[in-house]
Amino acid sequence: MKTLLLIQMLLSSLAFAQTELSVDDIILKAEQAAYYAGKDGIADVKMVIHDANGGTRERDFRILRWNGEDGQQKFYVYFRSPGDVRGMAYLVWKHGRGKEDDRWLWLPAIGKVNRIAPGDKRTSFVGSDFVYEDVSGRDPAADTHEWVETTDTHYHLRSVPKDPGSVEFAFYEVWIDKETFLPVKAEYTHSRGEIYRRVTADEVETIDGYPTVIRSTVEDVSRSSKTINTFSNIHYDAGLNERLFSERFLRRPPREAVQ
Amino acid sequence: MKLQWRTFFALLILPLSAQPLEGFVEGRLGGRLQSDPGQDSATIRELRLQVGKTHYAGPLELEVKADLLYDDLDGYRNQVDVRTGGGWVDVRTASAAFRPTMWMDVKAGRQVLTWGTGDLLFLNDLFPKDWQSFFNGRDLEYLKAPSDAVWISVFPGDWTLDVVWTPRFNSDRYLDGDGISFFPGTYTPDNPLPVDEPDGMEWSLRAARHVGSVETAMYAYEGYWKSPGGMDAEGRGIFPELRVWGASVLFPAAGGLLNAETAYYDSLEDRQGTNPGVNNSEARFLLGYTRELKTNLTMGVQGYAEWMRNYDAYTETQPEMQPARDEWRRLGTLRLTRHLMNQKMMLSGFVFYSPTDQDMYLRGSVEYAWSDQWMTTLGANAFAGEKEHTFFGQFEDNSNLYVAIRRWF
Repeated sequence: MKTLLLIQMLLSSLAFAQTELSVDDIILKAEQAAYYAGKDGIADVKMVIHDANGGTRERDFRILRWNGEDGQQKFYVYFRSPGDVRGMAYLVWKHGRGKEDDRWLWLPAIGKVNRIAPGDKRTSFVGSDFVYEDVSGRDPAADTHEWVETTDTHYHLRSVPKDPGSVEFAFYEVWIDKETFLPVKAEYTHSRGEIYRRVTADEVETIDGYPTVIRSTVEDVSRSSKTINTFSNIHYDAGLNERLFSERFLRRPPREAVQ
Repeated sequence: MKLQWRTFFALLILPLSAQPLEGFVEGRLGGRLQSDPGQDSATIRELRLQVGKTHYAGPLELEVKADLLYDDLDGYRNQVDVRTGGGWVDVRTASAAFRPTMWMDVKAGRQVLTWGTGDLLFLNDLFPKDWQSFFNGRDLEYLKAPSDAVWISVFPGDWTLDVVWTPRFNSDRYLDGDGISFFPGTYTPDNPLPVDEPDGMEWSLRAARHVGSVETAMYAYEGYWKSPGGMDAEGRGIFPELRVWGASVLFPAAGGLLNAETAYYDSLEDRQGTNPGVNNSEARFLLGYTRELKTNLTMGVQGYAEWMRNYDAYTETQPEMQPARDEWRRLGTLRLTRHLMNQKMMLSGFVFYSPTDQDMYLRGSVEYAWSDQWMTTLGANAFAGEKEHTFFGQFEDNSNLYVAIRRWF
């Protein structure tokens, strides 16, 4: 009888372990869902930047993504508009945790491939309210993550940077969908204690079996500007060749990126 | 040859004519900050329309880009020369590209080519430059003049092997005294530098390889000095035969990017250095470092040196009246780029300073994008030097200020 009880206790603790994920597990699953879905991925992105004065600017580009081993990734971004960036291509090799990315920019007007110096990943991406890290993902190991609460639908976590000097926020809170593990909202608080930046996943659709954000918004509360990203023509596991992510294809953008 | 190019361009333009065009319209005005006897007070006064299109036809990728230009300062604007870009039309690109196999790329026709690691300093990049446009306030895009060439790349393993064959020599769009003066007063728009251009072929080769994050490359060139590299008995500028060997490396280090490049210029028509009418052989060295100083502020520094071979022979044979060059010419550059207002505004400053020539050149600009369509640029080119014969010192009377308005469509 005692043995049976012991087995039952063991089983229930195992079950508990299966349902109750640790904070770090959730963060890793969220990273996987948001940035690593499939072996590769393609999407057209339309970015609309609304500034405080009511003006808008637009960026149209296509992103190709390829996943390697141990968190390695390669990105290829091909710009279609506006005119001053048309035909430019941007290549990123992410080497994984704690390592600097390699980045290149193709300038078609002068036929030059420019290697880009390692830079602040919290800089605006192509003049929008999104930062580079929103596009390629922030290293989970750069922050300490802690529980805030678990609701019926979301895990609500708080992340505090390990090196506060390297970022503009004091901490951020993120709400992760319990079913899809997609982060659906993130709010950034600066050292003065106010929320100044909010990123939301506005629309999610399942594409090729992967829950996918098809519209997202970032609001810069302090500057009262916002940027809305709309994704279309999304494909996963398209069989992209790793060779596309090279200087060769910067100089001659592949049809996968252009058409 | 000229006729063949026209036919080639016409064949390319036909399938593209059905496509909507992309490009810009631009007006640009620039004036001298001091007077220059023999030159207009303006350095640039032009209206430009650039149109281009890329079209995919089966396995072919066809690309055309041409500038229609009203250059108010060009007395010869009605005399179109498709090959050199003279006159009111400048065909920038007219090429056909295809992939015969997974490991080979071919691109034939007019194209803009660049390689090497320097920032506004060129060692192994012997593709044509447009120095007139570089100094008079045109957009940096126009520093590179197009090549009429066949470019073949093959990709064995980790290597990239490039061969560029230019059937007929494409010189730089060099300074001839029309617009930008040099050796002050010698050549003017009415009396430009006469030249004798060869029409032999050029070969440019590169073997490049990535080793982790390190980019390495070796280069070779066989052709001619790209800008006049000597003088014949009639006082015409000549383009002596030239062979170049070189190598470069670029890698991330110290929170930024480090690059080093070297090239040996073998002046085949004067290897002993005894002919004062032909450039001596020389070696070029470059060391560069780029890093982001803080968010939206990037800095680039370069150290560059040219060493003249057979310097003794040079000084012995140099005509007495002519000022002699130094054996070593050293040059330092500094670039600062600042992005403001969510990248709507860009401030850019680039300084060349030579301690051996005691001269300098400053390029500065402010770019502002009013919207996705409208852009304004205000910029300056300033030269200063102790002597009239040094590289930048001779341009002192060309210091200028310019403004441009561009509308993309």
